[in-house]
Amino acid sequence: MTAEEQLQSISEELVGLGVKKQSGSLWKDALRRLARNRAALAGIIVIILIILTAVFADFIAPATYDKQSLVAENSVPAWMLSVFPEMKNYAKVSEVFPLGSDYVGRDVLSRIIYGTRISLMVAFIGPIISLLIGVIYGCISGYFGGWVDNLMMRIVDVLYAFPGLLFIILLMAFFRSTFSNPDPGTLSFYLGRIDAATGGLLFIFIGIGLTAWETMARLTRGQVLSVREKEFVEAARSTGAPTRRIIFRHILPNILGPLVVAETLAIPGYISTEAFLSFIGLGVTPPTPSWGSMISDGARVVRTYPNQAIFPSLALAITMFAFNFLGDGLRDALDPRTRETK
Amino acid sequence: MFNFILRRLLYMLVVTFVVAAITFVLMRSVPGGPFDKEKPLPAEVRLQLENAYHLNDPWIAQFGNYMSAVFIPKITTIPPTSGRIDDYLITFKIGNVYFRWMNFGPSFAARGRTVNDIFRQQLPVSFQLGVMALLFSVVLGMTLGLLAALKQNSLLDYLGMSVAILGVSVPMIVLGPVVVYIFGVLLKWLPPSGWGSKPPFVLGLFPSSFGWEYIKYTIMPAAVLGFGGSAIFARLTRASLLQVINEDYIRTARAKGLKDSLVITRHALRNALIPVTTIIGPMFAALITGTFVTELIFGIPGMGRYFVSSISNRDYPVIMGTILLYAVLLVICNLVVDIMYAFLDPRIRYN
Repeated sequence: MTAEEQLQSISEELVGLGVKKQSGSLWKDALRRLARNRAALAGIIVIILIILTAVFADFIAPATYDKQSLVAENSVPAWMLSVFPEMKNYAKVSEVFPLGSDYVGRDVLSRIIYGTRISLMVAFIGPIISLLIGVIYGCISGYFGGWVDNLMMRIVDVLYAFPGLLFIILLMAFFRSTFSNPDPGTLSFYLGRIDAATGGLLFIFIGIGLTAWETMARLTRGQVLSVREKEFVEAARSTGAPTRRIIFRHILPNILGPLVVAETLAIPGYISTEAFLSFIGLGVTPPTPSWGSMISDGARVVRTYPNQAIFPSLALAITMFAFNFLGDGLRDALDPRTRETK
Repeated sequence: MFNFILRRLLYMLVVTFVVAAITFVLMRSVPGGPFDKEKPLPAEVRLQLENAYHLNDPWIAQFGNYMSAVFIPKITTIPPTSGRIDDYLITFKIGNVYFRWMNFGPSFAARGRTVNDIFRQQLPVSFQLGVMALLFSVVLGMTLGLLAALKQNSLLDYLGMSVAILGVSVPMIVLGPVVVYIFGVLLKWLPPSGWGSKPPFVLGLFPSSFGWEYIKYTIMPAAVLGFGGSAIFARLTRASLLQVINEDYIRTARAKGLKDSLVITRHALRNALIPVTTIIGPMFAALITGTFVTELIFGIPGMGRYFVSSISNRDYPVIMGTILLYAVLLVICNLVVDIMYAFLDPRIRYN
């Protein structure tokens, strides 16, 4: 039995003797505070609704996202004429499409419903990628310190100097043309196939991940530095626990709070990055319904058919609102200091 | 302080070099070249063109030539010609000798123009848009934050913070078309697209007049671009002012009988604005890259359009030049912030 296992068994005995175990109570407290925050709760409810919409899109949507109807392009339902009276002069009226149809006659509502999938995928996979890279990088840098830390942080500094938006545009162009026509059997061939199968999402994830992890790495490093010299880390080290165990079992759980908050607050950024990339045509590949590409298509006819831009815009804005409320709520719940000033 | 600045300038050089190297490799690894047209050029013509631009030299040589043309000043007695490969961004003359600096090379796609031409004509537009957006976000954000903090938990506070949440939640590509529709199409108050100033610019950067003809084109894009920033300013102003108000020295100021307005302006604001001023740098950096999006939405003839099309055209000098320029701008912004920080907060020393 190693010293660490001994310590573990002692602590288990203590728990058995009725000494209350403290771990987990921070998160329980936070959860309770979160549940009392009405804005955050509203955000969570909206997010759950969006998740349900995405999962059951096939049953909710009146049509598929790519079904075109060339006789009914740019049509609007009758109720919209009373909202936008000038449309009476030129718009086709069709009751088939609840929110109108786009320039090739695809149902706007169905495309918005299927679009939840894209935005949600970005909202969940974006943080996973940036956390995975950023946290591991930051932990190593912060824990080892010295020249390792110095070197690793200088690398991050340099990447920070990259104009993010320009870099991501360059990366997307790079991915798109490198992987569009490679020889079968190579890695790029399979990556290209995965990307095509996900409607262009794979490279968006890679692009977001590559540009978003630096912030996480810096934050993690700072947090690691602040707990590295604490007694419980010292204790773990003195029992001979391996470095990996110290980092992942002792340090990481103690710094997770701020990381989760930062990542939640970054989600709206990822969603809008995807929307922007699709807006300029470097994001999802058509006919994948992304709100960004819908807004881009709609913006071209905003003078004549404002409905095509307004409804996907609303969907995007509501989703970003929900994630922002959740992020703010999480921050208030996990960081007692910010509550005092409120 | 002097040492600190010197060190940072050196560091800036290193960063620029690395950014240039990464961009170069990335850009050149993309398949296809600047002369792969939909209708293929005859092989000899293509080879001629590629040789003329030294595209068949080893990468190291191309990179070295590019970097030296950009960074090493040229000191010569030969007067400048109007050639496309002899266009330097900065030229001045002392006696008989010309000092010339920063030759970003010719553009491959825009025939007859150099990257410097694009910088001279398009960059000022992006710069003006960025500055106007920064002004908008500072003024709106600080006002909202100040009011919210002074009347904490009042209707004004909630209203201000709702606007702030709106600002961080509504992306530009949503706000843009909506604003264009309302003010440009429905109400017809403002022109839905375009820009109010043309080259030549005063001092190379500023419009020749700030009259209504200029402002009417600027309001919508600057507001749309600056709205997100104003939200961040509002939240930060509010939070830091609230924090400062609870400090002991404010209580002291109140206790000695100072008027409320004096307590706020003389004592609270001075310290509360430190974090606010320091984010102006990164904010400006974010806004100046954000102009790319705004320009595409509002059809503004700035750098955005050139950068996006230069990538699909494989217009290497434009890609390199733009990324380098913005990277240098970002680093300078950060440097200014660090210096300002030390200046505003005497507790911080860089040694």
